[in-house]
Amino acid sequence: MSKLSVASSPHHHNGRDTGAVMRIVMLACIPGMLAQVWFFGYGVLIQALICISAAVLAEIAIVELRKKNTERIIKDYSAALAGLLLAISIPPLAPWWIAVIGSVFAIVIVKQLYGGLGYNMFNPAMAAYVMLLISFPVQMTSWLPPTTLTEQSFSLWDAIHTIFTGYTSNGYSVEQLRAGVDGITMATPLDHMKTELLQGFTVQEAITADIFNGSNGIGWTQVAIAYLIGGVVLIKAKVINWHIPISMIIGALITASILYMIDSSLFGSPWLHLINGSLIMGAFFIATDPVSAATTNKGRIIFGALIGIWIILIRAWGNYPDAVAFAVILMNMAVPLIDYYTKPRTYGHKVKK
Amino acid sequence: MTFTLLAILAFAILALCFGALLGYAAIKFKVQSDPLVDQIDQILPQTQCGQCGYPGCRPYAEAIANGDEINKCPPGGDATIKELADLMGVDAKPLDAAHGIEDVKKVAYIREDECIGCTKCIQACPVDAILGAAKHMHTVIIDECTGCDLCVDPCPVDCIDMVPLASSSQTWQWNFENMTVGDIPVKQV
Amino acid sequence: MFADFDLVMEKLATKNLWDFPGGVHPHGYKTLSNTSPIANVSLPEKLYIPVKQHIGVDSELIVNVGDYVKAGQALTQSHSPFAVPIHASSSGKVVDISNHVAAHASGLSEKTVVIELDGLDAQYELHPLLDYTKYEKTDIVEAICQAGISGMGGAGFPTHLKSNSNKPVEFLIINGVECEPYISADDRLMREHAWQIRQGIDVLVHLLAPKQVIIAVEDNKPDALETMSIACQQQENYQVVSIPTKYPAGGEKQLIQVLTSREVPSNGLPIDVGCLMYNVGTCFAIADAIIEGKPLTKRVVTLTGKALNKPQNVWALIGTPVSHLLKHAEYSPTEQTYPRIIMGGPMMGFTLSSVQVPVVKTTNCLLSPSEGELPNIEDERACIRCSACADACPVSLLPQQMFWYSKAKEYETAEEYNLFDCIECGACAYVCPSEIPLVHYYRIAKSEISQQKIEKEKAEKAKIRFETRNDRLLKEKKAREEKHRLAAEARQQAMKSDTNAKDKIAAALARAKAKKAAQHADADTSVVPADTKVDDKKAKIAAAIARASAKKAAAAKKTTQNTSENAPTSTNVNAETPEVKAKNNESESAEDKKKAKIAAAIARAKAKKAKAKETKNNDE
Repeated sequence: MSKLSVASSPHHHNGRDTGAVMRIVMLACIPGMLAQVWFFGYGVLIQALICISAAVLAEIAIVELRKKNTERIIKDYSAALAGLLLAISIPPLAPWWIAVIGSVFAIVIVKQLYGGLGYNMFNPAMAAYVMLLISFPVQMTSWLPPTTLTEQSFSLWDAIHTIFTGYTSNGYSVEQLRAGVDGITMATPLDHMKTELLQGFTVQEAITADIFNGSNGIGWTQVAIAYLIGGVVLIKAKVINWHIPISMIIGALITASILYMIDSSLFGSPWLHLINGSLIMGAFFIATDPVSAATTNKGRIIFGALIGIWIILIRAWGNYPDAVAFAVILMNMAVPLIDYYTKPRTYGHKVKK
Repeated sequence: MTFTLLAILAFAILALCFGALLGYAAIKFKVQSDPLVDQIDQILPQTQCGQCGYPGCRPYAEAIANGDEINKCPPGGDATIKELADLMGVDAKPLDAAHGIEDVKKVAYIREDECIGCTKCIQACPVDAILGAAKHMHTVIIDECTGCDLCVDPCPVDCIDMVPLASSSQTWQWNFENMTVGDIPVKQV
Repeated sequence: MFADFDLVMEKLATKNLWDFPGGVHPHGYKTLSNTSPIANVSLPEKLYIPVKQHIGVDSELIVNVGDYVKAGQALTQSHSPFAVPIHASSSGKVVDISNHVAAHASGLSEKTVVIELDGLDAQYELHPLLDYTKYEKTDIVEAICQAGISGMGGAGFPTHLKSNSNKPVEFLIINGVECEPYISADDRLMREHAWQIRQGIDVLVHLLAPKQVIIAVEDNKPDALETMSIACQQQENYQVVSIPTKYPAGGEKQLIQVLTSREVPSNGLPIDVGCLMYNVGTCFAIADAIIEGKPLTKRVVTLTGKALNKPQNVWALIGTPVSHLLKHAEYSPTEQTYPRIIMGGPMMGFTLSSVQVPVVKTTNCLLSPSEGELPNIEDERACIRCSACADACPVSLLPQQMFWYSKAKEYETAEEYNLFDCIECGACAYVCPSEIPLVHYYRIAKSEISQQKIEKEKAEKAKIRFETRNDRLLKEKKAREEKHRLAAEARQQAMKSDTNAKDKIAAALARAKAKKAAQHADADTSVVPADTKVDDKKAKIAAAIARASAKKAAAAKKTTQNTSENAPTSTNVNAETPEVKAKNNESESAEDKKKAKIAAAIARAKAKKAKAKETKNNDE
């Protein structure tokens, strides 16, 4: 008999490795992305391609430089997922270089410079998003209105053309595309509300705009629901725990409710906050990033709830219309502290006083 | 003028107050800790081998407290140096090879049929771990032996060996890599 | 905090049990081996019986190489209550007592009795306590001990120690959970020998008088549940409980938690929460020992894995080499690219480094997976902090934090995260997406921490001994100096006060001379025998000294030896003052001379005798 191989127990594994986890998360993004395509055009698909390619290439380059096992690291799909998450966060028609800069920043600066997967303190996609938002505010807020409201029809070729040249094949600029039937530039619902509120209008006046359908942003509602479906799949597949998304949504809802009760003309309704912007997507796909989130169950609840609270507070008083990225990054910094104070009681130990 | 005086006075009073406060805090919240020498002595492996050039661990502890290098203790090895570096707030250095190299744990073993009972090793043993009397065979109490090596040289008939402690399955440290049989395919990063 | 007896009983009655946190659900693979009855294996040529097979202390061997032993004959004995004897599993000759590769992950060798079997399987006489209720409880406990029974489920804790509890036992829990995948030894045992297991339980009930007996079986073993229920139906306070299948529900602490919601305190024992737990195999062995008088010499071992053509359960004699059992189950090496044989289950078992390893009392399974059956061991990736490990941990640890600190060798922090509460069940590593061998890191950390603690204690002891010695040396030195000082003072006083001082000095000189002479005479006597008969020892010593000094000179080593000044030579401090001595000097010197003469004479006589003897011997 040849040499017997020896190893430490367990000799068994459930067969789900990091790559499998990341692939499931990417698959769970599909419903949301499809909804985005339906309501906001093909841009998101192009962005996904650009971001994933850029992220993976950046990862390969760095990993080669660090002389690690490149194949093994690429196969953990973490770079691809970071790229994808960035792609679904940025405006679908943002110029290609936005996507590339963001992806490279996410991988090189936020992830690899901190030591690679598992060592990064911040969520790479969100850190990149924040960087882009601060550096290129115009491009990063140039969201198209839902296709049902735009004047121009918009094809896949138009999307590619716009992303790479800034103009559609017919020569329309993004600004022109954003114009509604009435010729007024349209923004995202939250953006619109922010602008209106700053100009002294009330929430009730703001949501009369075309992009709102009652209080629901057209398209945004459906996209949120699609991401919710993906998120539920993730929880069912035991890829993520329910703690962070649920506590985050509840935290946001409670904060929004309190503000709404205080002054309903200055603060949007909880419902409005819930389905507009990237709250749902963030709750299931962003805040649950394992590397940068809290790791104990109690800690996850605190982490999620505080993100929810921050989102509403920043939306209410901050300069930016949406706040998921900021809130997540803020709470990433609090993770070590949260983890330290939420250690679970070990079997056979008494509760520490 | 009065303004200047007032300012000086105010600052003087403030200084006094804060000084008093600090002084009070220093007494009230004083951290009770062992004297430095004791703390260093705690870290040293207590083999009393003298390889550092001092007659025992405590003298070396005193020397370190007075500024001697921390890398002169081969039995303690890198682990001890690291702890000492943490305690003294200096950088850890590699072991000073002039004092010896880190080795596996060994104990003295007297080949008893060759022992002539001269008691010289008994006198050399820093921890009284050798049992015997004049003209009677000596033996080492293995549990008490620190492996300091000091009994080997005095022996006139060279009957003392330093033997490595046998590893047993109780003391095994899960080092598959050093196994004589089998091979381990897993690589840890 | 925890449920009291009545609440537990209520829950048991409604079959509404508690749960433990975490846990995993690996595929069982039990049907590979549990479909056929427990088979008997042919006798191997040799048995390798390790002297120590349990947690506790070693015992003394009472057989020698060349002895003939019968099946069931004790090979060791001990007076320590923490030792259990081992027995010959079959009859034959002890051919060797030496180190042999042990049933341990390290693959190190341990003292093992090797018996060459004669194939007769002659039985040693049995001492059953058939009507055990008539015996003293201590006799029964002693019989259990003498039968060599130690826990057969896992760690191998001596059974008689457990059964000797003075604390009240509320729940006697019989563990038939067998939660590890693949293993079906207890399953088959319960199906085929439920009655005997119950007899064993009866013995325990007699010893421990528990309020309630719970026989716990996982719900993936319906046949075992049924047979155990039938076997126990007459006993009214026995209850067979089906518990949900989840790994590691069979862990002692976890099972207690599932059945009673109680938690064994960290560093405590189950008895602290009124529970005692025995494995079904142990109960079977107890029945064997008490009712039939048979010591523990065989056990059920599951031979399984797809690299075996005939996976099954067998009765294996303790000491049977693994190779013999593999042959019996038709092991096909072609099924394995990297040959791998696991003793125990896939979650907590250990890989063997040799097929010569013997079956021991805790061996419940030999698993030989085919290629791709169990995942190949891959290199670990970076931890992504996903906490899947914490979700799977049955004792609510934070495996990922423990991993960081263990890996970084920050052992104090690792201990703060309750590293030592880890039961090494492997659930964390089972779910780890980065395939990190987490348990391996914990084991290394645990063993190193233990080692460090031992060393710290040793250092402390050495320090005390060193300081005590220094104190003693200092005291002796002081005593010597004090003596010298007193002597000097006395001399001076004597010079001053006594006019005959000069005479006295002369007398002292004379005395010294006389002493010298006596010594000379002594030396003569020692020379005399040397003339006639060569003193072997002296010559050897001289030669050895010469050798050693030559060696030393060659090495030009500097001796660090202390001079004789520090030596503890002056332990017999002479209390006599010189004054007294001086008065006696004349008679002493005379006496000395006389003594020397006598000694010389005796020596001469002896030498003559020796010579005469020698010549006589030569003549003959």
